[in-house]
Amino acid sequence: MYEFHYHKVSSINEVKEKISSLDDPKIMAGGMTLIPTMKQRLAAPSDIIDLSDINELRGISKEKDFIIIGSMTTHFEVHTSEIVKKEIPSLAFLAGLIGDPMVRHRGTIGGSVANSDPSADYPSSVISLGAKIITDKREIDADDFFIDLFETALDDDEIIISLKFPIPNKAAYMKFPQPASRYALVGVFVAVTKEGIRVGVTGAGPCAFRSKEIEKALSQDFSENSIENVNIPSENLNSDIHASAEYRSHLVKVMAKRAIKKLS
Amino acid sequence: MKINVNVNGQDISEEVEPRTLLVDFIRENMKLTGTHVGCDTTQCGACTIHLDGIAIKSCTILAVQANNKSITTIEGISKNDKLHPMQESFKENHGLQCGFCTPGMVMAGIDIRRRKPSIDEDELRLELEGNICRCTGYHNIVKSILNAKM
Repeated sequence: MYEFHYHKVSSINEVKEKISSLDDPKIMAGGMTLIPTMKQRLAAPSDIIDLSDINELRGISKEKDFIIIGSMTTHFEVHTSEIVKKEIPSLAFLAGLIGDPMVRHRGTIGGSVANSDPSADYPSSVISLGAKIITDKREIDADDFFIDLFETALDDDEIIISLKFPIPNKAAYMKFPQPASRYALVGVFVAVTKEGIRVGVTGAGPCAFRSKEIEKALSQDFSENSIENVNIPSENLNSDIHASAEYRSHLVKVMAKRAIKKLS
Repeated sequence: MKINVNVNGQDISEEVEPRTLLVDFIRENMKLTGTHVGCDTTQCGACTIHLDGIAIKSCTILAVQANNKSITTIEGISKNDKLHPMQESFKENHGLQCGFCTPGMVMAGIDIRRRKPSIDEDELRLELEGNICRCTGYHNIVKSILNAKM
């Protein structure tokens, strides 16, 4: 790991001050991706700004028809939250599939979403449930948030405060884990929301996306069979030693079917 | 940077570089070499310790992040020369062969039983996701954690 300076801050204002005055700073949430990346020298920030002491970024609450999850809330907290288990059990289930217990004790929802890892679990749920990403500057719709591989709509100095999930009528997540890393080779989140059926896919493309093809088929007939003849184009999907684009395209349908089976 | 930590009940004040990993602080500064580094990529769990009582992988946290917190390593769990019940159970159930993963397994096992005192075998195997053993085939590790008299 290259040398860097470390700053522990206690307020959002302090983060903003640091960002504007430092050379090439990086904000750290749980550090479960950032630290391994720095160890491999794939990242070499001049400064690390640690958010872990900002208490207002933690916690889970219910406000009307929404579940609000602070960006520094850990995967473990989401997985075991009574509120999340009651209102959006599929989200609690998803959080329990991330990494392993020790990683879940430190990794955070805000960090995962801000990183836009193509195989991360959370982005599929954010897209499928139509969550809003609340930052220190604005509210961003899930549909506009994930731009590309490790790229989001966030500005360099923008901080996620919380995620606002509308409570769906019902939802399910199914994941085909990469056998070694347990990241999603493909994960599909299907939600029946107040605005219709939304399907979020992770692992398959450069970043999480909505499968409009599956949504259309399910809107006509909410059954496993309706997906059978849907065509998931493989042109822009990921291809690596673990799975070809064609295989990933096939898995999207299989995981979607499993999610629907879980819902019926 | 100066950090103040409590390691196995002892208050420590040490100067560390921001880039020092907690596991290196434990092994190199504190000379507590029971905490192992197996993979250094957050996969194997040999470096599992408790930070404020919660199991974490000490290769994936900076020592400076542990400032003002308490650290428990494998050396800190036995009391008055008496093995911790989890260690005793590993001994009884032959829960180790080469022993390299064992400190992490024991620390993870204590954390699992703390959170889920009456866990069953299937769930325990899922909970052990982040701890890799290349010798035992896991059967006796599972038996050890299930049967620890905690």
